[in-house]
Amino acid sequence: MTDPTPPALSLSDLSKTFGGLRAVDGVMLQVEAGERRAIIGPNGAGKTTLFNLISGELPPTEGRITLFGRDVTRLPPHRRAARGLARTYQITNLFPRLTVLENCLLAVQALTSVKLHLHRALHRYPALFERARAVLEAVGLTGKEGETVRNLSHGEQRQLEIALALAGAPRLLLLDEPTAGLSPGESHLMTTLLKRLDPSITILVIEHDMDVAFELAKRVTVLHFGKVIADGLGEEVKANPLVQEIYLGAQ
Amino acid sequence: MPPRSRLIGLGALLLLLVISPPFLSSYLLTLLTQALIYGILAMSLDLLLGYTGLPSLGHAAYLGVGAYSVGVLTTRYGAGFWFTLAVGVLVAMVVAAVFGLVALRATGVYFLMITLALGMVIWGLAHRWVSMTQGDNGISRIPRPDLGLPWSLANPLPFYYFALGGFLLALWILWVIVQSPFGQSLVGIRESESRMRTLGYDVWLHKYIGFVIAGTIGGLAGVLWAYYNGFVSPADVELATSVEALLMVALGGRATLLGPAVGAAAIVFLKNLVSVYTHRWLLILGAVYIGTIVYAPEGIAGAVSELQSKRGGRAGRPQAKAEA
Ligand SMILES: Nc1ncnc2c1ncn2[C@@H]1O[C@H](COP(=O)(O)OP(=O)(O)O)[C@@H](O)[C@H]1O
Ligand SMILES: [Mg+2]
Repeated sequence: MTDPTPPALSLSDLSKTFGGLRAVDGVMLQVEAGERRAIIGPNGAGKTTLFNLISGELPPTEGRITLFGRDVTRLPPHRRAARGLARTYQITNLFPRLTVLENCLLAVQALTSVKLHLHRALHRYPALFERARAVLEAVGLTGKEGETVRNLSHGEQRQLEIALALAGAPRLLLLDEPTAGLSPGESHLMTTLLKRLDPSITILVIEHDMDVAFELAKRVTVLHFGKVIADGLGEEVKANPLVQEIYLGAQ
Repeated sequence: MPPRSRLIGLGALLLLLVISPPFLSSYLLTLLTQALIYGILAMSLDLLLGYTGLPSLGHAAYLGVGAYSVGVLTTRYGAGFWFTLAVGVLVAMVVAAVFGLVALRATGVYFLMITLALGMVIWGLAHRWVSMTQGDNGISRIPRPDLGLPWSLANPLPFYYFALGGFLLALWILWVIVQSPFGQSLVGIRESESRMRTLGYDVWLHKYIGFVIAGTIGGLAGVLWAYYNGFVSPADVELATSVEALLMVALGGRATLLGPAVGAAAIVFLKNLVSVYTHRWLLILGAVYIGTIVYAPEGIAGAVSELQSKRGGRAGRPQAKAEA
């Protein structure tokens, strides 16, 4: 508490069980402010569940979650968002029947009091539109504002995923497999986009692809059957025999 | 949204509603008045069903409490119009505020079932609380309001314009709301509740506010309905009324406001036409519902805008440039 710069995120003994399954099992994790951290692990390791716990979409069975030095374990998702947390989804989660711009506007107004205004038309708030356009430009969606989201290509939808998360100017960003389902070319574009993000944003990124993970983050945490089995700099983790076994076994 | 063609359609419809009535038979005028009042109910339900994606099956409750408020206040206490209007709408608002606390704990089909049950509570009260509601007999001889105007609202034409005033008020309020940032948040909730939460919305609060607004405006429909009929009974609060309201929205076209109003007119006219031949109204309603789902899932409004786009209305939209 007295630490002048508390870690962006700190998980202590975090667990989540589904029936008999320990999807997240006693995870201890600390991410410093401004850090870029990758989480890797085979399918079903509990990575997405871990994100759902951090974002507040699922209540943990045990353990504590601290965001920028504040205990948020019992806060609902929207209160965590208000403290600077944003996330993207592995399975694209957008507003499919709205346009790209409308999607982005919803994200932009989310952390302002404007969202409760019901007496004036949305188009009377030019500042929101300016911000939305800037965010769309940052993810390379300029020119697509009027398109209905469900008509976008998968790659464009993945870009919009990032835009929605960036719209609220988050301090901690959780990215759940941002390159999921992308072609190698698209994946490369996405990686470039993510590397260009404001360095002051702390980023925790789940990546299935080890190469992408090492490109985005210096430090990597490996999750396996809900447990952290390795944690360290890229090369150390790659050399870890347990990690090699899991990955060679999985591939 | 295609604001241009929609505004033109809106203007044409309103003009027709204002200038045509003096030339209509009193029978048609009666039906049109009913359509306007049910139109208010349907539009208010559209805020929930169409915009927020909340299928309420108890919306007749608000019409009921609004109507019963008028019945009790006017026949017992001889209350004047503005006071009765205020109380009727306020009672509906309070009921919605209480019901919302219960109903919004559930989602999907459970929400449907809870709103149904809550609607039945109001029906049960209308039926059983005889000292207040006169039970099955209903409250009759509700006088038409006296606004101190030179035209008596006891006559069909002035009352029609009175109902039109209520309709336009409801339309305007709802129109402003659905264009607002808050209105857009309701649409976001319909499209993805989980995303709205992690973006920072207190989804429950937004749904709750929407629920209370919808109930309040439903109460306005009830107030007008009681004055129009001069009579209110448990039949007004039946499940069938809630089902009709849902169907008006689905038939007219969700999330279009005016679509459900057109749907209300269609159902009101159909009901009166059909009642000449058969009593199996619910069966007909069911058939209309299935027909809507199969042939016009987006309702009348959807079919109309599809026709417009087939005529090339939106074909020429500029295509976006290639990706960066
Ligand atoms: N809501 C849930 N209910 C029950 N089991 C779940 C739920 N969510 C995830 N699981 C299970 O938890 C395990 C971890 O899943 P997940 O976190 O999605 O893994 P990952 O993202 O690492 O692939 C899997 O076995 C999955 O089937
Ligand atoms: Mg996952």
